[in-house]
Formats: sequence, C-alpha cells, structure tokens
Amino acid sequence: MVLGRVIGTLVSTVKHKDYNGLKILVVQPVDEEGKPQGHSFVAVDTVQAGVGDLVLVIREGNGARQIFKKPILPIRSVIVGVVDEVYVELRLDKSTEPLSA
Amino acid sequence: MYLGRVIGTVVATRRYKDLDGYRFLVVQPVNHDLKPYGTPVVAIDAVQAGPGELVFLVTSREASQALPEPFVPVDDAIVGIVDSLDILEEMEWF
Repeated sequence: MVLGRVIGTLVSTVKHKDYNGLKILVVQPVDEEGKPQGHSFVAVDTVQAGVGDLVLVIREGNGARQIFKKPILPIRSVIVGVVDEVYVELRLDKSTEPLSA
Repeated sequence: MYLGRVIGTVVATRRYKDLDGYRFLVVQPVNHDLKPYGTPVVAIDAVQAGPGELVFLVTSREASQALPEPFVPVDDAIVGIVDSLDILEEMEWF
C-alpha cells in the first residue's frame, strides 16, 4: 500500500463496464512527510475520498478483486482509507549509501 | 492504473492466436499535467480508443482481465477514454 494525495477527478464515459458507477480519482504518491514522490496515477475510490485528502491506496489486483467481490476485474489501484495522521518515529538518512558487507 | 496518450498503432499480422481480433496501440504514459514520462508502451485496446486520445490503462494480470476472453498474454490494456480531468490548481505539499 502507498500513501498518496488525491489531486483531481477524472470523468470518462467510454470505459470498461466494470468501471461503471465507480469514482475515479487522480492520486499523487507522497512520502511519509507528505512530499510528492514519483508519477501520479489513477485509482478507484471506495471510501468517499475527496480532492486534497491524504489517502491509503492499494496498487495490486488481488485486493481489488476481494473488495469488489469479483473473480475477474481489470482494476489494480483502489483507495481504501483516508489518512488522519502519519506519525514518523524515526528519520533515516536516505542520502547515505548502504554499508557494504 | 495510469494515464496515457495514444500516439500510434502497431500492426502485427503474425501473432499469438489468443491476440487475434484486438488492436494494439502505442501509448505514452503522462502525468496529471499531461507531461510525458518514461517509455511508451504497446497496449491492447478494450474501449475503441484512437490516436491522440487521453486514456487510462491497467497493467499486468489485470490487463488481460479487461478483455472478453481473460488470461491472454498482454501487459497493458486501455480501459477508459478520459473526457475531462479536473486537477487541483494550487497544490500545498505539507
């Protein structure tokens, strides 16, 4: 699962039938401090998330099939939670190289 | 699932039999600001998209599940044509 911020909505009339009735949002992945990381992606909403919300997203198909209770489903990214707060207990220095053995 | 712009088509007469009848399109992945990133992919078309259109795609196993006959060998499938994107203009990154 990844943390992301909902940055927009997507409207589509011509789409795969399994997407009918689902809310499609655009999500920017963020790090534990909320800073954007990587490229934005598209996800289906199941928790009534809105633009600006920090959310929890699964990016894998088996979870998506379980959520929608369908054995065959062309959906991979699903918003499964709205994040209230992220507590960072330990900050690791990401700039240093890993120690060689 | 990600956004992409259809930039071309691929014609392959000799192909794996389960791929017969489908269209292959060349799709450039784009960000929410429609700026391209990464390498274009060849995607199978499940929604009759055309060149120039903004679409969204699904990858890996779920790509084949977008087709009437699932479990065909594809990596990416176009599952929707984007009518409009409404993106937050002033983004505050905390």
